[in-house]
Amino acid sequence: MTKLTEWIVLAGLAFSLWITLLVDFFPIRISYEAKEVLWPMPVYALIAFGCYSLATIGYRVATFNDCLEASKSLKQEIKDAREDLTRKGYKFD
Amino acid sequence: MADKMDKYSILLPTYNERENLPLIVWLIVNAFSESGNDYEIIIIDDGSPDGTQEAAKQLEDIYGTEIIRLRPRPSKLGLGTAYIHGMQHARGNFIIIMDADLSHHPKFIPEFIRKQKEGNFDVVSGTRYIGSGGVFGWDLRRKLISRGANYLTQILLRPGASDLTGSFRLYKKDVLQCLVDACVSKGFIFQMEMIVRARQFGYTIGEVPITFVDRVYGESKLGGSEVVSFAKGLLYLFATT
Ligand SMILES: Nc1nc2c(ncn2[C@@H]2O[C@H](COP(=O)(O)OP(=O)(O)OP(=O)(O)O)[C@@H](O)[C@H]2O)c(=O)[nH]1
Ligand SMILES: [Mg+2]
Repeated sequence: MTKLTEWIVLAGLAFSLWITLLVDFFPIRISYEAKEVLWPMPVYALIAFGCYSLATIGYRVATFNDCLEASKSLKQEIKDAREDLTRKGYKFD
Repeated sequence: MADKMDKYSILLPTYNERENLPLIVWLIVNAFSESGNDYEIIIIDDGSPDGTQEAAKQLEDIYGTEIIRLRPRPSKLGLGTAYIHGMQHARGNFIIIMDADLSHHPKFIPEFIRKQKEGNFDVVSGTRYIGSGGVFGWDLRRKLISRGANYLTQILLRPGASDLTGSFRLYKKDVLQCLVDACVSKGFIFQMEMIVRARQFGYTIGEVPITFVDRVYGESKLGGSEVVSFAKGLLYLFATT
């Protein structure tokens, strides 16, 4: 099963559960109050997911390591490499 | 222990890397003389006009043909086929793929090797996104795009690896062969497809945090169409894996 079909199947399942509960298709009946809560659920879910995504990405951008040390040590190593290679007979232009 | 038998073939695809090539080779030799593993460096140059091949020949003279193996191609045929070409000449049972532009530092190779042995992983992937991994020289915008794209990919594909577009990796040779045969994408999407298919085929993936330092020398080939090709690649993998 591809990721696309996985998503379609999952979304389909969630949607059918939601709609069958709303229209009393199943023998399981839920109260009027429960339906009031249930019907805008997809919207809430989307909003919650959106907020979670933004927060996660924001946090990860903020905590993305800046490897200053790696860049500094690389510069030093480039110097060392040039010296050593020149000693070994490498001709830089 | 199979330690003594293990050999690591490093594939270095180059296009106009005259300045970087001697430095990266020096750093690789350094890393391996410290770790003591058996290795070879295969340089696949695609007829660079800047004289990369002369640089490579000088290195061959210095380090010898057992360590430095030149497998040039006449013209720029792309990164994906460069790996395939290099792999055909590899004598190691492990293959390490890295960029020659110094954004991948060879000091991490011993960590890749250690990680591989630790869990007998089929693939060990360098990652900028977890632990001590990171980047240097990226502004906020680039970080945001990178993190956003990565988040979206993680949600849609759940690939079991945190860095999909990075190309600093170690593979068992037969695993790489199998992945290369299965992958059709071009460019950096190729790296993403390799790791996603690795998961699809049930290969085990280990990760090592790496630091990614933007190239100091040479032209960046990063184009504005990257976002478009990323989106296309993502959808393609979403529908086929
Ligand atoms: N043999 C070969 N090597 C290539 C080709 N294109 C790129 N490379 C090499 O592949 C590695 C990665 O390419 P880069 O140009 O660094 O790509 P990038 O990392 O996405 O972008 P920048 O680092 O920003 O330029 C480098 O070592 C290049 O020299 C190609 O067509 N043939
Ligand atoms: Mg690069």
